[in-house]
Amino acid sequence: MSTLLEVSDVSVSFDGFKAINNLSIQIGDTELRAIIGPNGAGKTTFMDIVTGKTKPDEGYVIWGEKSSSLLDMSESQIAQAGIGRKFQKPTVFEEQTVRENITIALKNPRRPLDLLFSREAPNTENRVRAVSDDIGLTDALDQLSGALSHGQKQWLEIGMLLAQDPHLLLVDEPAAGMSETEREQTTDILVRAAKTRAVVVVEHDMEFVRRLNCRVTVLNQGSVLAEGSLDHVTKNQDVIDVYLGR
Amino acid sequence: MQHTFMAKNPSVLWFLLGLSLFTVFVTIFSEAVGSTGVSTSFLKTLGKTLCLCLVAIAMDVVWGYCGILSLGHFAFFGIGGYAIGMWLMYERTKNIVVGSLENNILPPTPEEVEAAIGTQIFGVVGSSEFPLIWAASHSLTLQLLAVVIVPGMLALAFGWLAFRSRVTGVYLSILTQAMTLALSLYLFQNDTGLRGNNGLSGLQNIPGLEAVSQATLSLWFFWASALALGAGYVFFAWMLSGKFGSVIRAIRDNEARIRFLGYNVENYKLLIFTVTAMIAGIAGALYYPQAGIINPAEIAPIASIYLAVWVAIGGRGRLYGAVIGAVFVSLMSSWFTGGSAPDINLGFYLVKWTDWWLVLLGLTFVGVTFFFPKGVGGLFDLISNYREKHQ
Ligand SMILES: Nc1ncnc2c1ncn2[C@@H]1O[C@H](COP(=O)(O)OP(=O)(O)O)[C@@H](O)[C@H]1O
Ligand SMILES: [Mg+2]
Repeated sequence: MSTLLEVSDVSVSFDGFKAINNLSIQIGDTELRAIIGPNGAGKTTFMDIVTGKTKPDEGYVIWGEKSSSLLDMSESQIAQAGIGRKFQKPTVFEEQTVRENITIALKNPRRPLDLLFSREAPNTENRVRAVSDDIGLTDALDQLSGALSHGQKQWLEIGMLLAQDPHLLLVDEPAAGMSETEREQTTDILVRAAKTRAVVVVEHDMEFVRRLNCRVTVLNQGSVLAEGSLDHVTKNQDVIDVYLGR
Repeated sequence: MQHTFMAKNPSVLWFLLGLSLFTVFVTIFSEAVGSTGVSTSFLKTLGKTLCLCLVAIAMDVVWGYCGILSLGHFAFFGIGGYAIGMWLMYERTKNIVVGSLENNILPPTPEEVEAAIGTQIFGVVGSSEFPLIWAASHSLTLQLLAVVIVPGMLALAFGWLAFRSRVTGVYLSILTQAMTLALSLYLFQNDTGLRGNNGLSGLQNIPGLEAVSQATLSLWFFWASALALGAGYVFFAWMLSGKFGSVIRAIRDNEARIRFLGYNVENYKLLIFTVTAMIAGIAGALYYPQAGIINPAEIAPIASIYLAVWVAIGGRGRLYGAVIGAVFVSLMSSWFTGGSAPDINLGFYLVKWTDWWLVLLGLTFVGVTFFFPKGVGGLFDLISNYREKHQ
């Protein structure tokens, strides 16, 4: 397995407070990875850096086979390079239907004039269907997405990521506020997605992480505390002290 | 394709139908066809209102659909008016000058004609030279191009600077107001070449059509305005109906999110800002020949704010809402400020509507914003919800 994303020695401070401190993480090209850590550990900030929302003070973020630096790219360029992101708070376009939400996410030309003047790709409907089947929202395609339940919105957002067909999917706390059965379905969606691409999941819930059955990175105070299988990291004394011990 | 567009946009058909009926109705009662039902001055008011509707739907697209609260679109409207006004004034003055020099024994040289036109036009600001910006004023084609190109270029340059630096929300609104203020102050100067606070006048007289009565000319302009409004409505509805519209509304609702989906938000905003500015220019070019005069006060920052008020009252994010707002508020405004509204005597105080209309408008705006965020257009939702429930 070759390296898809390499974050090395990255630091960020906000008003003097070091949110990310010499962080180094590597993600392989078809890998499912869980990132855990206490509140404020810097998990969301890590995703902000990779997706171009926050520029680090130091360090490198290297992407893909061509080893290009993500730090020189804008958010939309990074997204087009193949990195999709799900935010902690579900953010779907509530005043648009599920179908419209998936359609704007589909991997298609994205320049204004392309959208205005080119005809809709002939297989659009099938691609929308494939995504909606995957996230179990085919029956809701013509509903306004604002009318969906919280869990369904989370899935729709994951579906919008899948529609982009990214090489790397960053998912921030997908199971927050979900019922037990919804959580199980979410794990299934993520495990399926990771068969053909890299998926990084930030999550608090240990049961959820256990079901993902993957390599785990523990963050604390902006750097990596431990890495390995879930059993391995939960036996680590540092991890028990700062995180599990609380 | 056409079929699905109409099916997806039922409001377009209804709007075009209503607009056509209205046009036919007004035509039948106009003085031009020998009726007295609609006076020529009222016909002009109606034609101007159609132009205001056109700029209002442009405002609705930029604000209601794309979420950019531009408080500068009336400036683009004014630029359109100035652009056509320059040709109207030049050509008409030239006809008059040539006519008066005809009886000279020696035929006038082109330089003499040019100098006489210059004196006629710029005498009020103590000059007789043609400023550089009048270079194309002899050509109707070039000035018609300027109607769309000048607002378009200004919007492009302004938008490029503002959107690229990610200026959004209230800061962007303030910037657009600053642009508008700068433009009107510039135009107020006597030496900037557009006749200072005198503005351009006599625009109701169309060179070459001196033999046509004002009643007929006004009807033609009314038709042209109706046509432009109908075309503008269809154009924007087409633009906003498909995936492009979906992205535009997504930018309004969550700009950051759509960026992470890989869309370059700046380019979309720039396109919308520029295209709506160009349409505003067209609306202005049709409006001012009906008004007869344009001066810098027309472009005052407050005018652009009114535009936003119309759209808010009519209902943002639906094209017919903007039309309702523009019609309703501008006709009310001319009724109240024209002295037709009966003053109210409270015994201890006489409410004069000419003074109190703005207060009423302000209160309506605040009321609508708080209690009916969907505006008058929101009533249509209530009706269709009611129908659905009772079927
Ligand atoms: N834009 C910001 N400005 C100031 N502080 C921030 C900002 N973003 C994050 N932080 C701080 O950085 C730390 C890490 O935050 P975050 O990455 O959101 O943690 P996590 O997602 O692991 O809970 C927190 O202490 C947070 O308050
Ligand atoms: Mg977080």
